[in-house]
Amino acid sequence: MNLESLYQEIILDHYKRPRGQGLLASPLGSAHHVNPTCGDELTVEVGLGSDGGLLIGYEGQGCSISQASASVMSELVSGHTVQDAETFRLAFIEMMHAKGTGEPDEEVLGDAVAFAGVAKFPARIKCALLGWMALQDAEIQSGLLTTQTKEHSP
Amino acid sequence: MSLDVARIKKDFPLLARTVRDGKELIYLDSGATSQKPYQVLDAERAFYETSNAAVHRGAHALAEEATIHYEDARSTIAGFIGAAPSNIVFTKNATEALNLCSYAFSNATSLSRQGTVSRSIDPRFILKPGDSIVISEMEHHANLVPWQELCAKTGATLRWFSVDDEGRLDLSDMDTLIDATTKVVSIVHQSNILGTVNPVRAIMDRAHEVGAVGIVDGCQSVPHMPVDVASVGADLLMWSGHKMLGPTGIGCLYGTSEILDAMPPFLTGGSMIEMVSMETSTFAPAPQKFEAGTPMVAQAVGLAAGVRYLEEIGMDEVADHEAALTAHSLSVLTAIPGVRIIGPSTTVERGSSISFVVDGLHPHDVGQVLDNRGVAVRVGHHCAWPICRRFGVPATTRISPYIYNDESDIDSAAAGVVAAQDFFGVRP
Repeated sequence: MNLESLYQEIILDHYKRPRGQGLLASPLGSAHHVNPTCGDELTVEVGLGSDGGLLIGYEGQGCSISQASASVMSELVSGHTVQDAETFRLAFIEMMHAKGTGEPDEEVLGDAVAFAGVAKFPARIKCALLGWMALQDAEIQSGLLTTQTKEHSP
Repeated sequence: MSLDVARIKKDFPLLARTVRDGKELIYLDSGATSQKPYQVLDAERAFYETSNAAVHRGAHALAEEATIHYEDARSTIAGFIGAAPSNIVFTKNATEALNLCSYAFSNATSLSRQGTVSRSIDPRFILKPGDSIVISEMEHHANLVPWQELCAKTGATLRWFSVDDEGRLDLSDMDTLIDATTKVVSIVHQSNILGTVNPVRAIMDRAHEVGAVGIVDGCQSVPHMPVDVASVGADLLMWSGHKMLGPTGIGCLYGTSEILDAMPPFLTGGSMIEMVSMETSTFAPAPQKFEAGTPMVAQAVGLAAGVRYLEEIGMDEVADHEAALTAHSLSVLTAIPGVRIIGPSTTVERGSSISFVVDGLHPHDVGQVLDNRGVAVRVGHHCAWPICRRFGVPATTRISPYIYNDESDIDSAAAGVVAAQDFFGVRP
């Protein structure tokens, strides 16, 4: 098991140059999530653009995995529908629980497949999921996502 | 360095294993939990193989033997801190011991409000709005959250000593912080994150001046330095077994006879009673009053073996060894550009919990690179979140060596820190 399998270039790149960082001017919903074991913190906000696509804002501090995951997530989800965001989220969660086996769907997850290696490091899975969990909460807060969908979450 | 680390290491079977694809294990996380020598593992196993039975009940030979083992363990452990056996209560862990203390206050307060029991309730344990509880900003959550809860239940106010930039308690306002309203003063002996050793004697003396109950959290001091309860001056002092070579599942609470006698019990049920009727019960004297249910006998036997192991080395030698490792750690870590120690920068009144941050790197990532090299350290807020906020860091990386570590282990950790800087491209 080497470090490179965990810290893919894409992850390091997003960590050093986070995309879409910052909060929204007028969010519809917002959620602040923490990883109580290591003190990572992340606020995720959602809004709707004029085209009806999702707007994502985020801000936080934490390890490379949690911060890069939020960055990749914001890039992946922005402009999509809430339903698409759910598809991405569920695919990401499935990848995290695959213990590094199985082939993540790059068609769906794009750059987020870089996090497949994280699944082999149980202590880091929570870091990678932090942004996605906050996104779900923010969507519920905003009313864009009903709690019915939440039954699918781990 | 006075300890024969190579010889000591041979007693710890786990330290011989490898991690992460065959890398030699370098265990620097003893502040979280220590590894266990054969002597402790063998003692626990021997107890189960030869003497296992429920203690303090039953009239058969095994019950007698098991009781003797259990009470012998209590004597050994009591002697280690200069206490009498009857002043030692076994708990699940140190957190439970702290809750046992905080619940003495909330139980006394609710019993006195209800007025439903005929036994007398010591007024020192009855809290009301306007009373205060004093702790410090560097407490482990175990010595913070129970007091927050107690304040919420009773209306008392929580106050705390602040911490200066060097990681020392600011004692300048001690006489106003601990005043006539103060009912409890509970302070950590050695900080688990900063390594600071606090002047607990002076703080306990001040607590007693105002009639408050004085408590010391000894989780990071008892395993690492000679601790004599008479010189600490606390009414109550607790620590955990698993941080000092013992098994998990056992903590110890020392209390003066006077205070243990006055405190209402925490957990109630079997073994802790004197007489029971359907209407009411009376309680056994301490320590039994605080040991409801079947106790952790094998764990006590194991911990006593751990205590004997440490006594054979000598706690002065343990402290000297750790002081040397601390000095070495501070020197090699501060020599790395971009590394900052969170805690005292010298070995004066300082133990071997050494926390640091690395510019541009999150502790989780530092820990991951170290782990990849076989070096086990703790990363995170170390159950002391407020002190991390005090220093403006989300978390730290902590090395906490023990008797089985030497300077080369520290050097491996330091080399790992530089490797992490290189890997993430943040080396200044």
